[in-house]
Amino acid sequence: MNLFVELVARLLGVTPAMASDNALRGLYLPPEASTSAGHIDWMFDVILWICIFFFVLIVVLMGLFIMRYRVKDPNAEGPRIYHNTALEVTWTAIPLGIVVVIFWLGFKGYMDLAVPPANAYEIQVTGQKWSWSFTYPTGHVDNVLHVPTDRPVTLIMTSTDVIHSMYLPAFRAKMDVFPGRYSKLWFDADEPGTYPLFCAEYCGTEHSSMISEVVVQEGPEFDEWLTVASNILATMTPEEGGKYLWEKRGCNQCHSVDGSAGIGPTFVNLFGAQRAFGDGTTTVADENYIRKSILEPQSQIVAGFDGVMPTFQGRFNDEELGAMIAYIKSLTSS
Amino acid sequence: MSSATDHAEESNYLNAKPGLMSWLTTLDHKRIGVMYLISILTAFFIAGMLAMLVRTELLTPGRTIVDPDTYNQFFTLHGAIMVFMFIIPGIPAALGNFVLPLMLGAKDVAFPRLNLMSWYLWVFGGVFAVVSMVTGAVDTGWTFYTPYSTDTSTSVINMTLGVFILGFASIFTGINFVVTIHKLRPAGMTWWRMPLMLWGLYATAIIQVLATPVIGITMLLLIAERTLGVGIFDPALGGDPLLYQHFFWFYSHPAVYIMILPAMGVISELISVHSRKTIFGYQAIALSSVAIAAFSFIVWGHHMFTAMSPMANMVFSALTFSVSIPSAVKTFNWLATLYRGHIRLNTPMLYALSFLFLFGIGGLTGLFLGTLAVDVHLHDTYFVVAHFHYVMFGGTVIAFLGGLHHWWPKMFGRMYNEGLAKLACFLIFIGFNITFMSQFIMGSLGMPRRYYDYIDAYGSYHVWSSIGAYIMAVGFFLTAGYLIHSLIAGKKAVENPWGAATLEWRTASPPIEHNFHETPDANYPYDYSVNRFNPDTGNYDHIGAPAQEDDDRAVGFHGHGLESTT
Ligand code: HEC
Ligand code: HEM
Ligand SMILES: [Cu+2]
Ligand SMILES: [Cu+2]
Repeated sequence: MNLFVELVARLLGVTPAMASDNALRGLYLPPEASTSAGHIDWMFDVILWICIFFFVLIVVLMGLFIMRYRVKDPNAEGPRIYHNTALEVTWTAIPLGIVVVIFWLGFKGYMDLAVPPANAYEIQVTGQKWSWSFTYPTGHVDNVLHVPTDRPVTLIMTSTDVIHSMYLPAFRAKMDVFPGRYSKLWFDADEPGTYPLFCAEYCGTEHSSMISEVVVQEGPEFDEWLTVASNILATMTPEEGGKYLWEKRGCNQCHSVDGSAGIGPTFVNLFGAQRAFGDGTTTVADENYIRKSILEPQSQIVAGFDGVMPTFQGRFNDEELGAMIAYIKSLTSS
Repeated sequence: MSSATDHAEESNYLNAKPGLMSWLTTLDHKRIGVMYLISILTAFFIAGMLAMLVRTELLTPGRTIVDPDTYNQFFTLHGAIMVFMFIIPGIPAALGNFVLPLMLGAKDVAFPRLNLMSWYLWVFGGVFAVVSMVTGAVDTGWTFYTPYSTDTSTSVINMTLGVFILGFASIFTGINFVVTIHKLRPAGMTWWRMPLMLWGLYATAIIQVLATPVIGITMLLLIAERTLGVGIFDPALGGDPLLYQHFFWFYSHPAVYIMILPAMGVISELISVHSRKTIFGYQAIALSSVAIAAFSFIVWGHHMFTAMSPMANMVFSALTFSVSIPSAVKTFNWLATLYRGHIRLNTPMLYALSFLFLFGIGGLTGLFLGTLAVDVHLHDTYFVVAHFHYVMFGGTVIAFLGGLHHWWPKMFGRMYNEGLAKLACFLIFIGFNITFMSQFIMGSLGMPRRYYDYIDAYGSYHVWSSIGAYIMAVGFFLTAGYLIHSLIAGKKAVENPWGAATLEWRTASPPIEHNFHETPDANYPYDYSVNRFNPDTGNYDHIGAPAQEDDDRAVGFHGHGLESTT
């Protein structure tokens, strides 16, 4: 019964929603938040009207013929109209002309999307099962994408495992993200707000949770955010910093801090405990063990788990490792 | 020719030899066609039920009935079974096998043993694919993209081996049809007098033979990578994941035309017969099938616009648009055929009209996807899912259903309940549009495909889409019901209930074991003066050679004939 009520509510579109959800509501295209979105939507509309014209033409003719030319005498045969060159040339040439124009418009629009401007602000992106991480020029790493409105931004993207795809519907931008190579995506955001960010290439179990947000801020506001965020650990105790990293770096996808097992073991009472590995060896979880688990997760696989943890080599500096260790320590009740 | 009454006692291909073994060892193309029909309908049922599970899971965001891994397996199996086991063999191997030799006035296909072999390969490959449901069903999507498919723990090997074997089933059918059409056409049937269904099957067969080996090799390479660790596609092993995508689509794009070309052949027959008027632009339709087959080999890159270089994208986008022209031409030809016809709104015709409507939408929405700038936004969203369902389902499956109803009396010698058939056609049509129209909208709003969970903004579209799917399911169960009922209690069918002029209607319904008592003389297949309706039997009696070309040029079209009577 509850399900029924919920479904009816959904049908009518009266559902609760996060702020960023609303950013994708619209008649048939989401609101535009980048400088290229307008052109793409214009093209979409051009094609839409061409389609509507031809579709209506087909259906109206079909309807007319069905109504006018119904069978009355089972033997009557329609006139032997085998073909008509003038008509056939016309209905080949007109669509041909139309698709040439559509192709050309689409290609020009695409070239603007494909070539990033030279002065763009660069953000490094890593996709991994099943989270995104964004590294800013200051070295700050975040799981939410923040971008300024006053300059074009280029994302330089790679993956640590399978293919993902960076999709920003409000910017009409999308690019596949490959392991072992870099791909680029650029845009120029022009409408402050918070919009969803999806993974569009199927990547396994949590593909549909590999979503995040892009926060578009006015230039000065963005700069201020970045300064604060880059120095955030300095304003926190190491334990707080570790908790912050646990969330921001996506450890929370797999490791709980409430004792329940997830894709990986919980952090609760991990520190100081005896660890048993798949290969039969054991060790005690000390600082070095945790450090090694983060930087070389494949070196020792905890018994009962799969070796799916990605390496964080190069994405954790010493200060951050220290904070993480302090946080994990604090979760051990003594 | 025997009249409608005295072949009631005569044996036919269904009862000529009794027992299961006589079926399993048969070389009769009609029996193999029926066996294929039962097989692919079983696959359609399984995959259809999986679709219902997928739609039910998507009724609400988050978990509705299953966990994400199971959901991923559902949509993968749904897609893979629909594509490789239902729709690719669908029209050629089931309907085509049955009607192709009959349309040629021949006794059988050129290689009857190869034909039976094809069916056994289908079963064998199908078993591999379906068994993988139990042994840890694949979760890669029907495209098996690397490196995901190299890494996942599910039974990719089973499924891809299945696809490999099914590929051979398809190649064998293709070879058989090419040779049969070349060698077994009767005296008088020139290429330009072949029914358009045969042109469709011929163009399809060419693609089957040329493209299918590529998927076979690709699957073998993937298996080699998984089992032996040879680095071909997985970057971790030094391979290139894009290479896989090129290989895969080099087959799978032409495969899209393996699906649609025979459907276009069916529609050409249905529209002409059921408006009792010669097909308009015979040559244009025939040649556009061949053109589509040729173009289909050079557009695969349009599946990878968000992965390739701008230059490659430009070329593939331009080529892609070139394929849209022959399809548009065909649509106009069919419309022109309806003009001044004598349209009979029976079930086959309703399906043909649904095809024009749905395939029209499917084809037109392809324009959005071929346009580079717009495709970047739409790629891998529900817009694509809706587009290919309009083409594959709205196009091929609808044509298949139309063809099935058209040839049903011939295949089984029974009529189905026309009222129920129309109702089912209507339910499927309505349900289909509700299901997939909502997917177009949520797709252009940004809903990615292969998503277990979704944000609330898409909620109402998902509920609508599922409701549509349930309506369709009712339509399909109804269809299954009245068709089975007709086998048992349906009215006996006459030889030629529709007044068609192609040769398969010149023998008993169901046909005798060797198809014809004497080889029928071939005439232009859309000349309807060759038969006359007999009000007593309900049959269109064949009245011999076609009348001389009569002159209807007064209509304002300056038509001139294709030497149809010489
Ligand atoms: C994709 C899921 C995943 C993510 C994300 C992930 N881990 Fe892991 N982690 C695992 C799994 C599975 C194991 C157990 C297998 C192994 O030892 O590799 C593990 C093991 C560990 C261990 C050893 C635990 C033990 O019980 O001995 C530590 C410490 C650890 N991870 C820390 C982290 C930190 C810190 C992060 C975030 C920066 C993180 N992990 C992100 C999956 C993940
Ligand atoms: C009975 C009606 C059908 C319904 C309700 C249905 C529904 C769906 C749904 C919901 C998906 C998942 C989309 C996604 O998450 O990406 C899907 C995928 C797919 N469907 Fe269908 N479908 C139906 C019939 C068909 C038919 C007849 C065919 C083909 C002949 C077909 C071919 C496919 C393919 C190829 C996929 C892609 C699978 C993948 O992403 O790997 N479907 N369908
Ligand atoms: Cu993903
Ligand atoms: Cu394609």
